[in-house]
Amino acid sequence: MSWVWANIDRLFETSLTHLWLALVPVVVGTLVSLPLGWAAARSKAAKAVLVPVSSLLYTIPSIALFVIMPVVLGTKILDPFNVQAALTVYTIALLVRSIADALAAVPESVTTAATAMGYRPLGRFFAVELPLAIPVLVAGVRVASVSNMSLVAVGQLIGVGGLGFFLLDGAQTSPPNYAEIIAGILAIVLLALVVDGLLALLGRLLTPWSRVGSGAGGKA
Amino acid sequence: MIEFQSVTKRYPDGTVAVDALDLAIDDGKITVLVGPSGCGKTTSLRMVNRMVEPSEGAVLIDGEDVRAQSSSGLRRGIGYVIQNAGLFPHRTVLDNVATVPVLNGANKTEARTRAAELLEVVGLDPAFAKRYPAQLSGGQQQRVGVARALAADPPVLLMDEPFSAVDPVVRDELQAELLRLQAELGKTIVFVTHDIDEAIKLGDKVAVLRVGGRLAQYDTPSALLAGPVDDFVASFVGRDRGYRALTFLPATGVPVDPVASIALGTPAATARDRLTDGWAVVVDEQNRPLGWVSDTILSTVEAEIQAGHLASGGSLHVVDAEHAGNAGSLRNALDAALSSPSGVGIAVDASGAVVGGVKADAVVAALAQARSAGEVPT
Repeated sequence: MSWVWANIDRLFETSLTHLWLALVPVVVGTLVSLPLGWAAARSKAAKAVLVPVSSLLYTIPSIALFVIMPVVLGTKILDPFNVQAALTVYTIALLVRSIADALAAVPESVTTAATAMGYRPLGRFFAVELPLAIPVLVAGVRVASVSNMSLVAVGQLIGVGGLGFFLLDGAQTSPPNYAEIIAGILAIVLLALVVDGLLALLGRLLTPWSRVGSGAGGKA
Repeated sequence: MIEFQSVTKRYPDGTVAVDALDLAIDDGKITVLVGPSGCGKTTSLRMVNRMVEPSEGAVLIDGEDVRAQSSSGLRRGIGYVIQNAGLFPHRTVLDNVATVPVLNGANKTEARTRAAELLEVVGLDPAFAKRYPAQLSGGQQQRVGVARALAADPPVLLMDEPFSAVDPVVRDELQAELLRLQAELGKTIVFVTHDIDEAIKLGDKVAVLRVGGRLAQYDTPSALLAGPVDDFVASFVGRDRGYRALTFLPATGVPVDPVASIALGTPAATARDRLTDGWAVVVDEQNRPLGWVSDTILSTVEAEIQAGHLASGGSLHVVDAEHAGNAGSLRNALDAALSSPSGVGIAVDASGAVVGGVKADAVVAALAQARSAGEVPT
């Protein structure tokens, strides 16, 4: 514990960096996934390409992706952007499929009604289809956030790892500084839990309709 | 007026859904498109608001091709009701109803106020306004669907099998409600159904379509029942069309005879003296019928007549005309007589109070009279 108190400022600061590294990709990845998921839900051809490719991307080991990024993007090897770009790829890989499925699951009677009411395709997407996809979307974003939270630490191997620093640093001192390692791990877990909880709360606030009991009230 | 001018819809695979359809739909009336599945009735309906575009021909509203304006603009001016209502699950009942006015740029508060009024128009408790569709029964959802379609006060309403997914009792209610609404609003309604009974009940005119999208007959319901143009229409309008045609003849010529009635709670001994032909109607304090008692039933009653002793009554013949559906028709009178355990159909007024009884042979006699007077369409 004494290590924690002595380094509380650094822990806090690094936590913020960690959050920044993990969550910017979630935001960017979500924004990119929405149109891709929309395309996959609308066109069989797009789905046939997008879904397998995104699944394939997710199977690439994180460390490999971190190392490839500078080559692909032309960035410097130690640029934090490498980690964020790689995590954005993972987020997209996770979300495209679930967004496509969520949009495809909107009942046909609802989309038909929306079209017949006079919604144009884009208006219908934002007013009807996207809101109905929110429960699935939030579930996907929660998985991506927690997954990114742990993957950021791996980025320490290319020098950009947020709280991952304490894991590597603690392991490299002799004898190993277990307090430092455990503090780093606990901080990552804590951050992941908080972010996950906040997202779950956000999801609840956005979808009051999904929790109402079904069934009739009174006479038809 | 909505006009189909030799409209054909052919799909890329060669299927013809609608084949050279010519149809003129009257303003302010309910026109029903009816036919077996695959007859192109829904396709025809959807060509009115451009959910489907014709391959050949044109659909005109008030002389103007529907393709003259943008499809979304056109649709905002046409109400649309579908099976299962298609309500937006994430919006409250009130916001569902306010959809089109808001799309048209109406102020949200005003649109909601208007939506609340519409809920009452379609017979929904204002308490439902803040609920979500999942909290409503199928029948209630469908009422909201109708309110939503009416929200922007469109002159034309398209209804695609709106009542086919609800149970028969609720369907009857919704149909009666639609007729009541239509009497008030006078919209031009195009209604699609596969149910010929629904078509005949609701339609001012009925277009019967045959598989392959060709118009078989376009007529008033009574003319359709009396004179189907061919075997297809004859078989489609059904075996008991002679009986159903009675729906269109008023029962004003059927004599309503006095009927023995007894208040609930009357001692059996007193009741026995009042039977006519061995039967009497038992009524409540408002003179509304509760059921029948007969000689045989009274012989088992020791003291006063209670609800448990009654033989349940048949359908009621409503003599007061202010009713939708079959009320006041020969069919209504005949059914009351045929379904009654005593053979006498109970006639009631608008408040439901017993005014007398009708007999089946009197109905048949009235029909014969109407026929000789030339009132029965042939």
